[in-house]
Amino acid sequence: MPVYRFLVKFNQPDPRSASYAADAKALGFQDITALACQDIYFIEGQLSQHECEQLALKLLSDPVTQVAFWKIIPSDTDATAPASIFVEVSLRPGVTDPVAQEIVRAAHVLGFDGVQRAATGQRFLIDGLALSRVEKLARQLLANPVIQHWTIGEIAPSFPEEVQASGEVEIIQLRTLTSEQLLDVSKDRRAALDLAEMQAIQSYYRKIDRDPTDVEFETIAQTWSEHCVHKTFKARVEVESNGQTSVVDSIIKTYLKAATDKINAPWVVSAFVDNAGIIEFDDEFEISFKVETHNHPSAIEPFGGANTGVGGVIRDVLGVSAKPIAATDILCFGPQEMNPDSLPEGVLHPRRIQSGVIAGVQDYGNKIGIPTVNGAILYDEGYTANPLVFCGCVGIAPKGKHHKNPQAGDRVVVLGGRTGRDGLRGATFSSMTMDAQTGEVSGASVQIGDPITEKGLIDVITRARDAGLYSDITDCGAGGLSSAVGEMASNIGAEIELHHVRLKYPGLAPWEIWLSEAQERMVLAVPPAHLPALQALCDTYNTELTDIGRFTGDGKLVVRYDGKTVLELENEFLHEGIPQRQLKAVISHSVPSISLSPIADDQLPGRLLQLLSSPNIASKAATIRIYDHEIQGGTVVKPLTGVNADAPSDAAVLKPIGTKGRKGIVLSNGINPGYGKQDAYKMAWAVVDEAIRNAVAVGADPTRIAILDNFCWGDPKRPETMGTLVEATRGCHDAALYYRTPYISGKDSLNNEYLGADGQRHAIPPTLLISAIGIIDDVSKAITMDLKQPGNMVYLVGSEQLPAILGQSVPGLPETAPKVYRALHQAITRGLVRSCHDLCEGGLAVAAAEMCIGGRLGMEISAAGSPAACFAETNGCLLAEIDPAAEADFLTLFRGLPLAKIGVVTAEPVLKISGEQIPVADLVKAFTGQN
Amino acid sequence: MTNMKPAALILQAHGTNRDFDVAEALTLTGAEPVFAPLNELRAGKKNFSDYQMLVVPGGFSYADALGAGKLLALDLNSYFADQINLFVQAGKPVVGICNGFQALVKSGILPGNGESSSAVTLTFNGQGHFECRWVDLAPLSQTCLWTKALAENITCPIAHGEGNFQAVSHSLLNVLSQNDQIALAYIRPDGSPASGEYPANPNGSLLDIAGICNPAGNVLGLMPHPENHIHAWQHPRHTRGEQGNSGLALFKNGVNYAKSL
Repeated sequence: MPVYRFLVKFNQPDPRSASYAADAKALGFQDITALACQDIYFIEGQLSQHECEQLALKLLSDPVTQVAFWKIIPSDTDATAPASIFVEVSLRPGVTDPVAQEIVRAAHVLGFDGVQRAATGQRFLIDGLALSRVEKLARQLLANPVIQHWTIGEIAPSFPEEVQASGEVEIIQLRTLTSEQLLDVSKDRRAALDLAEMQAIQSYYRKIDRDPTDVEFETIAQTWSEHCVHKTFKARVEVESNGQTSVVDSIIKTYLKAATDKINAPWVVSAFVDNAGIIEFDDEFEISFKVETHNHPSAIEPFGGANTGVGGVIRDVLGVSAKPIAATDILCFGPQEMNPDSLPEGVLHPRRIQSGVIAGVQDYGNKIGIPTVNGAILYDEGYTANPLVFCGCVGIAPKGKHHKNPQAGDRVVVLGGRTGRDGLRGATFSSMTMDAQTGEVSGASVQIGDPITEKGLIDVITRARDAGLYSDITDCGAGGLSSAVGEMASNIGAEIELHHVRLKYPGLAPWEIWLSEAQERMVLAVPPAHLPALQALCDTYNTELTDIGRFTGDGKLVVRYDGKTVLELENEFLHEGIPQRQLKAVISHSVPSISLSPIADDQLPGRLLQLLSSPNIASKAATIRIYDHEIQGGTVVKPLTGVNADAPSDAAVLKPIGTKGRKGIVLSNGINPGYGKQDAYKMAWAVVDEAIRNAVAVGADPTRIAILDNFCWGDPKRPETMGTLVEATRGCHDAALYYRTPYISGKDSLNNEYLGADGQRHAIPPTLLISAIGIIDDVSKAITMDLKQPGNMVYLVGSEQLPAILGQSVPGLPETAPKVYRALHQAITRGLVRSCHDLCEGGLAVAAAEMCIGGRLGMEISAAGSPAACFAETNGCLLAEIDPAAEADFLTLFRGLPLAKIGVVTAEPVLKISGEQIPVADLVKAFTGQN
Repeated sequence: MTNMKPAALILQAHGTNRDFDVAEALTLTGAEPVFAPLNELRAGKKNFSDYQMLVVPGGFSYADALGAGKLLALDLNSYFADQINLFVQAGKPVVGICNGFQALVKSGILPGNGESSSAVTLTFNGQGHFECRWVDLAPLSQTCLWTKALAENITCPIAHGEGNFQAVSHSLLNVLSQNDQIALAYIRPDGSPASGEYPANPNGSLLDIAGICNPAGNVLGLMPHPENHIHAWQHPRHTRGEQGNSGLALFKNGVNYAKSL
């Protein structure tokens, strides 16, 4: 079958080539004189000359801006052979390529039935670089071997090989193995199981007097993976502190779930048990929230890793039958200016990781149509080899429509994407420390998402929910069908026929089909009578439905391939058989202190401008603006606010379309790895407070806030690391009770360590993200942080003097904080507050500066304070702008609470602080990098 | 007839995602929005001729594969060319927003001057990436039933990566101006022309073009999203007392015209 090669180039300067050129220069390829990016399409099939013309004109190019060339390959003549050196890149076989699929579909719509298959690629024409440098550029920027291959010169098309479905099942001789051999099996299959776990499996199979199939072993490895069962958080921990030894039986039970149980908030609908946490919204609706991490995949393939991270957390919300209405993303990267040659082997440059991750988030969120409304970006050398990608999703659903009770006889139905080798062993992969080989070995663990297919799932599932067509639902995440079906069948039992599963390409072994983590799939329990109605919905919204088996009621999980049993496990062993992990934790009491270099008075302006332009504080507008934060029409307080929409909001406020009244949702977050390095316990307090403080600042009711915890830590098998984890969860417990703020969901990502070729461990700082979801009763009363009116008073809320605390170590929390937040909320509800902003990194000076930027107004801070005090970091403090006419009422509300009038809003755009005068124009320039 | 709610067909393609947003705008302005998945239209379960208005909403039909709106345009031409042509010839109001605009342009329904379907295009934003920001628009065309006699400028968000309006020839641009087919233009907040300057003109479009109509004026295509400024609290500066819901007027125009048919 002939293959045609189409080359499409712009007939005018194009932005994509320009941004590649800019990235190349940023990576140190200054000598590059020109870089042009062109598109390649390979089309296999019988095509006439006319059909080729039509394909080029109607499908593959934009005749106004592009020109297309084509030839049959192989061919000796090349009309398109350029003078420059060129690199060609194309996807590896099996990597999701929606464009290629669309080409075939569209060609048939055009009536060109000769078209069989298609593949895509890019050509990069490069001038000014020697060949060796071009090869380096290809490795560092143009291609990622994990999903692509590249050549200098013309690349050959690669289509998935047509091989026959093997159906082969391997028996793993486990019963006779020694301890060492058991560990070898775990290692060889990258199962990440320790000896106790391997021995538990061995004794189970000795008991039932046979050896496991590979399908069974892989299923157990996935089900028992850190990612799926959180064995560290459930472990029995021996804690050594000051020579004293105590025991904590599961930090999640003891600290996180315990806090939620003790608080026992009546408006919490579901906490920790389902795919996402659920709270009440109003009489009609409930809202759900889940935050996931996708760190390891993002480290080796940033675009695909972040892309599928967003897709995964959206499916979590679909898994509680909710319509996704907002996305959040908190990202942690290494320093962007890092010297590429100083990177550990196998580690991508932080700049490339950042641009890939952000592009991945943008691609999925924008295309599926969910506004990305809240987030943060942090930089630390500790994240160089282990970037952190936290993806959050909020959903809304009518009350009482979400069911989780499959009945015997219900069909096991898979909706959405097809199954390939994507993401095999992703769950165990994400539970392991990475090394230089991880990229190659775990390549299959990384996938590219297909947001439009998942949009089809939203369309189908929300309608199926309203029509009551299913009795249970869950998403296909880590572990694929094995964990989705395993979970749903854990009480009732099910039998599955893998032969019915629709595949992207043939040749998958049964265990690969069962374990595949192909994206965009949901599993539903559907009463047979409802199948036709569900099928009709799927046909309308271009979604595939596959019936792969039935729920039995006998409590057994039986999986067959072509009628032959390949897995037969008792649910009790699969879900309860894992031995509790025994871990040791050592708590260090040497609290390193921050050394605050004293600042001379005249240094204050320089220090402030330097802080405003520092990566962690400077404007994130360049990222925020490439996310659609307006779609669905509900964004009341946007990520950027103020006169010129260039100041940072404390939190997002949403008014979901279709809800009555004026109620809204508030979303915020707290995160501080800097504190994590010093004192994990105090860090937990600080970030819980930051998340709540940010929510209250825009108008959230402090008595109606729920929070989520996401822990990203190093290797918990090291007692010091485990020690900080224990301290952080204990802090989470104490802080939550202090505010009466329950946890409704959480997630942990451990082993965020990188074993460099140098043999050294590169671990991340202990990182805890607290995400808050709150309620505001009237969105028209929401507050933004931009100064509104000259002559208004500025109050420091939560502290009597300036500074509240001088930063000698991680700041503690004022005892009055909960009362202060309730008083502030009353003031906001009564319309007494014109603007409000929380004090965080950079203290009062940065907070005041950001408020000036937002309103393009000045502030005169009269209260005296040393320059160092102006930057001191505190907890529980905010700035509030009060109209003089409202001052009396405001003060009444704060009677007996810490409060200080520190200044006034001025028409003259100058920030006057501690005897210094800084023009707002300078603040804007430092913060935004623009005039 | 005049008192009846005009039925608006909201076309749902594979990847349409601002359908609910525009449905709310139509409801607020007195129309009866009806969602029509492309497959239901193909199956004949719904027919264009049963509706008084046609809306092609924003989104990422077919994930923007091979160019935004391109494959949806192929569907429109392959399956519905005659029905849509009749709808347009009948003078009924038609609007394509963002991805809908891209589809109307790439299918040749716009500008509809009898040129080939490749006379104008919406290509990649000049600044090189997708962008979401609020913009100001001047309603220019008095021929376009959607923008005719609009008293106020429109403030609303854009959210696109391929909204850069380009044409094969300047003569064609002149034709568009002469025919009063330039419906909406990007302006500065003070009302003066954007003159191609970023960010007032957010994507590099020729003549600051944000939207165009067909010569008859009943088919409008625009990149920005007036359907996302139909409530006071959607305004980016509502906490500073600025409001307007200035996106509504455009839909009122379309709905009122449909009522008058």
